[in-house]
Amino acid sequence: MMTRDEAQPADGQPRPTPLRAIHESLGATMTDFAGWLMPLRYRSETAEHRAVRGAAGLFDLSHMGEIAVSGPGAAAALDYALVGHLSALQPGRARYTMICAPDGGVLDDLIVYRLSDAEFLVVANAANTGVVAAALRERARAFPAEVDDLTDAYALIAIQGPHAGRILQPLADIGLDEVRYYTGQRAEVAGRKVLLARTGYTGEDGFELFTSPGDAEPVWMALAGAGEADGLAPAGLAARDTLRLEAGMPLYGNELSREVTPFDAGLGRVVVFGKTGDFVGRAALAERAQAAPARVLAGLTIGSRRIPRHGYPVLWDGQPQGSVTSGAPSPTLGVPIAMAYLDPDAERLAAEEPSDGRLAVGVRGSAEPARITALPFYRRPR
Amino acid sequence: MTIPAELRYTAEHEWVAVDGPVASVGITDYAQRALGDVVYVSVPAPGTRVTAGEPCGEVESTKSVSDIYSPVDGEVAEINGDVDDDPGLLNSDPYGAGWLMKVRLDNGDAEPAGLLTADEYAELTEDRE
Repeated sequence: MMTRDEAQPADGQPRPTPLRAIHESLGATMTDFAGWLMPLRYRSETAEHRAVRGAAGLFDLSHMGEIAVSGPGAAAALDYALVGHLSALQPGRARYTMICAPDGGVLDDLIVYRLSDAEFLVVANAANTGVVAAALRERARAFPAEVDDLTDAYALIAIQGPHAGRILQPLADIGLDEVRYYTGQRAEVAGRKVLLARTGYTGEDGFELFTSPGDAEPVWMALAGAGEADGLAPAGLAARDTLRLEAGMPLYGNELSREVTPFDAGLGRVVVFGKTGDFVGRAALAERAQAAPARVLAGLTIGSRRIPRHGYPVLWDGQPQGSVTSGAPSPTLGVPIAMAYLDPDAERLAAEEPSDGRLAVGVRGSAEPARITALPFYRRPR
Repeated sequence: MTIPAELRYTAEHEWVAVDGPVASVGITDYAQRALGDVVYVSVPAPGTRVTAGEPCGEVESTKSVSDIYSPVDGEVAEINGDVDDDPGLLNSDPYGAGWLMKVRLDNGDAEPAGLLTADEYAELTEDRE
């Protein structure tokens, strides 16, 4: 038995997170992800996925990049550097946004927290942290603002799932009922200073806790202890990937890249043309916003048990009309699901005639029947 | 990690149990751990000829797809229909209920060549733990 498509190990030793000893004591299978040694799964990734949907999961996300942008010009600098309208963000609130190249290509997708008037925290994907920090420094140069890559100063722990709030509440010094979705504020958890945010990447309610590296282990242990009776399970990157795919959330390197604009990914709403002043990518993105799309991001469900994977062709009447960006067995739906970039005409035809077998994914030479499915695949019950 | 002493192994992480002219084949405990949750298994239909060292099927897990290599020369005599219904048997019982296929050996009762003993296989996988 030989695996065909596992990620190739990067050069050099991957960096451990402050929670490495805990992962090893839990018997995690570790993997090199964007240069970090991360837990891929503890036991069954399907069981971890179901724990997050039905109870709660505990994630180490310390590989994510944290970049502080501060100073009197911080808001204006971010309005110029990013496609979103960050100066309009209220302190304590968070926003999903993107940083684009001048040609409109996506450099990364980001969550930006406004901690105070002159203080923002930009959270970047691990693989892009260096690129994002460098671009922010360059773009903030004309503004009275400072850019600091604080990735080494933060660990990040997420607790996600319907029981997340009730597990976290007894450990927190603030009332979580008052913490709205997409906010972030300073608080204490288990007596440790954290930035407590109600954000996530799983399609569930949940919280993300930014701690100092030294506080990561006690905070993790406190949460694990508090959640034991509530079905809390540690969850690895494998479960995180299937959770975000069911929730229709894009992953940089799959749905997002330098070669696509936010509009291609169906996320044109993150680009705010109405804000004052220029921003990097404005002209190219304005043009793109008016043009007919060259491709559209679609959800697919597969009519067999074969798994569509990144790069597999999508066929319409046997002809390649697109490419899978992410695919996995969906534990919630019980069938394989995928996101794919498709030719807009093929996507329209396939959506109009969902069941005639003309749409398929080429899985290593065999055409597996597919149908267009509205994203997200999963929406949590409220 | 379990490596039963009475079985033979390949460097590609298949196990072989030879019983007279028939060899049972599956994937090892090490393999199922490396794969994660198995979600789909494809093995050759009974009557198919298989050749040692050649791919003859596939195992798909959440994160990857892997070729199954036949450890022996022969003809597929029987396949395990249970793993088609419940591929998770490869995870829960790789040496038992998760077996993949039985192969009628070309060389009859002769011990198949080129297989590893449990000790040799343990040594091979230790390096990668």
